[in-house]
Amino acid sequence: MKMKSVKNKTTIQNLITYAIVIAFWVFIQIWSKTGHMTSLLNGLLVPICTYVILAISLNLTVGILGELSLGHAGFMCAGAFSGAFFTKAMADVIPSVGVRFAIALFVGAAVAAVFGVLIGIPVLRLKGDYLAIVTLAFGEIIKNLINVFYVGKDSRGLHFSMKDVASLNLEADGEVIIKGAQGITGTPKASTFTIGIILVLITLVIILNLINSRTGRAIMAIRDNRIAAESVGINITKYKLLAFTISASIAGVAGVLYAHNLSSLAATTKNFGYNMSIMILVFVVLGGIGNIRGSIIAAVILTALPEMLRGLNNYRMLIYAVVLIVMMLFNSAPKSIEMRERLVETIKGKKRKEAA
Amino acid sequence: MSFLSYLINGISLGSIYAIIALGYTMVYGIAKMLNFAHGDIIMVGGFTTFTVVSTMGGNPILGILAAVVVCTVLGVTIERVAYKPLRGASPLAVLITAIGVSYLLQNVALLIFGSNSKQFTSVVNIPALKLADGQLSISGVTIVTIISCIVIMTLLTTFINKTKMGQAMLAVSEDKGAATLMGIDVNRTIAVTFAIGSALAAIAGVLLCSAYPSLTPYTGSMPGIKAFVAAVFGGIGSIPGAMIGGIILGVIENLSKAYISSQLSDAIVFSVLIIVLLVRPTGILGKKIHEKV
Repeated sequence: MKMKSVKNKTTIQNLITYAIVIAFWVFIQIWSKTGHMTSLLNGLLVPICTYVILAISLNLTVGILGELSLGHAGFMCAGAFSGAFFTKAMADVIPSVGVRFAIALFVGAAVAAVFGVLIGIPVLRLKGDYLAIVTLAFGEIIKNLINVFYVGKDSRGLHFSMKDVASLNLEADGEVIIKGAQGITGTPKASTFTIGIILVLITLVIILNLINSRTGRAIMAIRDNRIAAESVGINITKYKLLAFTISASIAGVAGVLYAHNLSSLAATTKNFGYNMSIMILVFVVLGGIGNIRGSIIAAVILTALPEMLRGLNNYRMLIYAVVLIVMMLFNSAPKSIEMRERLVETIKGKKRKEAA
Repeated sequence: MSFLSYLINGISLGSIYAIIALGYTMVYGIAKMLNFAHGDIIMVGGFTTFTVVSTMGGNPILGILAAVVVCTVLGVTIERVAYKPLRGASPLAVLITAIGVSYLLQNVALLIFGSNSKQFTSVVNIPALKLADGQLSISGVTIVTIISCIVIMTLLTTFINKTKMGQAMLAVSEDKGAATLMGIDVNRTIAVTFAIGSALAAIAGVLLCSAYPSLTPYTGSMPGIKAFVAAVFGGIGSIPGAMIGGIILGVIENLSKAYISSQLSDAIVFSVLIIVLLVRPTGILGKKIHEKV
């Protein structure tokens, strides 16, 4: 009986999360129909969806699995490039942009998942800060490799090179698809806000169901006490790898969404470097580690905040930094937690007196 | 001959990484936190010297001293305002706060100095050393960097092993609670650690900008990350480890830039790190800690 009520409670909580996302979509639709939408805000909608998906997927690694990863942007990068590559390379075979984009999402997810497994097998043996630095290193390696990668296509098929365009040996009518540091240009802009929201919802369904399943409970058991989990027969490596791979592949989907929102895609320090990984981590930590709904809200607010502050020009990132520090101090400092608890108790005490 | 010159330049770059990594490793050993803002302290040191020497026309020695003082004060202040209240909070919270501090320093520098890169005049005026009939030329900065690295290393080791404060640091890094019971002021020890780390970062900043003379608000972030990698590489928390890690990293980076690909040098450095960590999960000189049930 008690079990059932707990289950109902999680279901209700999950439904609220879905409802918030749908309500956000409806709100934006109404807002743009009534003509209040500025072009600045409009341009922000797809990135917001991208970051929300990234934050949710990183929360699976950091919050549910309990391992710190600083290389999430690397998986996003792998997904973005493989997805964009697919849409461009298949332009003749599949004429419909929509179909190509839909398949590209799966391609991005699959490629990122492969990277997740490849990286996860060696890396997940490490713990804590060591794991963090190795994932950071992997993210940087993926970004660096893509910057020296050249792929071209002509009638004889695909050509790969790690040197320059000339060494691809293309025929006269051949087309260079990935051009080293310049990346991929001319990706169709297929991403829309509605597609973004649908992907957010799919991500939520996957993650929330995973958390409330047998697998999810096994993963959380590993997080809470690895040795105890092992002694009750949970296969540590398997579940760790599973969570890490799912997290990576969802980041890959976010990457595909990101890539199809830009007409030219290049791997720079700014979009796929460790700074991006850290930014996603900030969403997760500020939203509350392990709290999926918190990640969504933090990602939306923190993506919109610097843009909303654009009027303040050079001061906006400064304010962002100060807000970040102050929020962390307010949220996590033992003294401030104690102070808040005391405040809550005083308010409660007053109520009790009033009632009496 | 060219190999030797690449090697010496690599050792010089590695010495800079080593000096930065010392700061990382000391702070990690004692406060158990990854101080992500450490790289930006380097940048602050560079800008302070730049302001004193180029804008105010001061003496280079004065510039270095100013950088050391400013960075030490800054390091202690950051610790006091941002990290001290979080003692006892989750390591992730501290990490994010450090990232916030890093953004803050970068953006303050951006507001004051702008995003255009500044031409840094080298503080070292020693002529290049020519060996083997001028075939091998070692620049003054390279010599000074390697010598200062050796001096810093010796001084630091003596300080840790011979002074009371140094012993207190060792004790705090071993066991904070037991150190408190022995009458060690943990807060003061941590503050001193930050002061030393930041002073070293200032020196590293001046040396880095003398060797690679372009200065932007983001100058410190990549060397900071690399030094962090060096610290992990050598075994985080270990001072000789930071030294070895830094120098190996610098040599690998320079040689791969020269012989393999300049674009891939970072990827190679990071790959070596991963391989080392897979073979020795706590770094080259790291201590193995057994997990208790």
